Amino acid sequence: MMIEKTTTTLTGPERLKAYEDNWRTEMGAWFPGERVVLRGKDVFSELSNYSWMEYLYYAITGVYSPQNARIIEGLWMLSTSFPDPRLWNNRVAALAGTARSTGALAVSAGIATSEATIYGLKPIKGAIDFLYRAAQQKNKGISIEAIVKKEFKTNRSISGYGRPLVNSDERIAPVLKFLTEQGASQGQFVRLAFEIEDYLKNSRYKYKINIAALNAATAADANLTADEYYYMTTLAFVAGILPCYIDSRSQVEGGFFPLSTDRIKSTCTTTRKWSN
Amino acid sequence: MTDQDEKKLEQITTEIWREEAEPDNPFAASKSYCAGFDVYGDLLGKVSIIEYLWLLFKLDPPSKTQARTLEGLAVALANPGPRDHSVRGAMNAGVGGSTRASALIAAISIGAGNLGGAREVFIAMQYWQQCGADLESWIDIIQNPPRDERSDVWPEMEHIPGFDPNGASCPKPVQQLLKHLVDIEQDDILVWLQSHRQTLEQHAQSPLAFSGVAAATLFALGFEPEQAEILFLMLRLPGAAAHALEQEKMGWSRYPFFGDGLTLTNDPGSRTNDD
Repeated sequence: MMIEKTTTTLTGPERLKAYEDNWRTEMGAWFPGERVVLRGKDVFSELSNYSWMEYLYYAITGVYSPQNARIIEGLWMLSTSFPDPRLWNNRVAALAGTARSTGALAVSAGIATSEATIYGLKPIKGAIDFLYRAAQQKNKGISIEAIVKKEFKTNRSISGYGRPLVNSDERIAPVLKFLTEQGASQGQFVRLAFEIEDYLKNSRYKYKINIAALNAATAADANLTADEYYYMTTLAFVAGILPCYIDSRSQVEGGFFPLSTDRIKSTCTTTRKWSN
Repeated sequence: MTDQDEKKLEQITTEIWREEAEPDNPFAASKSYCAGFDVYGDLLGKVSIIEYLWLLFKLDPPSKTQARTLEGLAVALANPGPRDHSVRGAMNAGVGGSTRASALIAAISIGAGNLGGAREVFIAMQYWQQCGADLESWIDIIQNPPRDERSDVWPEMEHIPGFDPNGASCPKPVQQLLKHLVDIEQDDILVWLQSHRQTLEQHAQSPLAFSGVAAATLFALGFEPEQAEILFLMLRLPGAAAHALEQEKMGWSRYPFFGDGLTLTNDPGSRTNDD
């Protein structure tokens, strides 16, 4: 106990010294040849009936919730794993396949790439963060119009609204249907998300809601923090990434969208000599 | 191919690269130009790797002193040593017999972070852009670091970027690097950092780190924060690679496992499985 108290007040090398060969944790551990513990529970005897998604949800949040695990699984299935190798993160995996790299490397690179700005993890985390901030402001009596205008003014965009390539999001309807089946379509954050859309689509911005806002609202209604939701979602794209790798891996080597030299449009037309 | 067909082809637009096709194969280049220089017909044999690196990022050759400065930084960063978080990541891949690519992915993923990593360099570069060589601005930003009310995928900075929150005094190698870089050209920014280092350290309550010297140097050389972030990632990889290969040969049994180092504070204890 003494170490726990002192490590928070120490600074510099003394702080590191207190941690040397001393990792104290409530998260879990492997007892070699014997047992495994996750967040205070014995994996083999107490968690053995969990589904993998329930286990992941418990690992990240510390909460056992079959309902929330099922909702997140459904959101992933319907909205985040599109097996189209033209999508940028999937294309990374497809390129790994055509270049005959390994499946794990393809998945890791695809997941890392999914932390993108125009799609994927940044808007996903941004959307739940925005909804939490918007709800706080709304509770203070601030109008949706004022909330949206302030967000645009400071951030020049609103996570969860608008979309590259196309305006509307084909995932909204099936996800809403799924959420209705799960009894999760009428939470306060889902209603807030559509309230914001109502304002946006009729404003000069003409933005519609995209799946990031609906999924984030669902997660907020399930009481997930922005970080918990982000951690959960890091794996959401895998079922779209792997098929793209498998497909290009099984077709001709180098055959995935090859580029001839005239596919490079050079804006530098000069030729010069290097002089030392 | 008609003009109309060509227009339909989507292209990669680049200022960096130009190619001419081999007569018998449109998918192979007979000549490749980088920023107008024939890479295999002219640069090869003339250009150093540091000069070529500079050319790729800046699209113009460096001066002699610019190349020497970047080279000095590259040598200093090339191997952070086996205690560094990013190199440890690479070695973990090595001892487990993981793919060699995973060793570098581990080093990059860990070395990307806010503590001694490339994200720290990126943010420190933003500080340099904002404060330049103005002490009052630096003191102000150290005391009131900018905070975004939005939550990002990046964790919030928990210390002043460019300084080591777990440090005591400024380590000798950091000072040696700064002196070496100052001696090359007496660059204004680096001279200013050297002469104000201790004042900045007092306000930051922590010593200058390699990440801080890297940010200042890349700022002095006119790189953008994004370029600095990615250069810092690249330049620290050689050591990670070499250490990973070395540990791969040594094996896991000669590498720390911290077998007695972990204490589970909420251990439920052994459970008898009645089933």
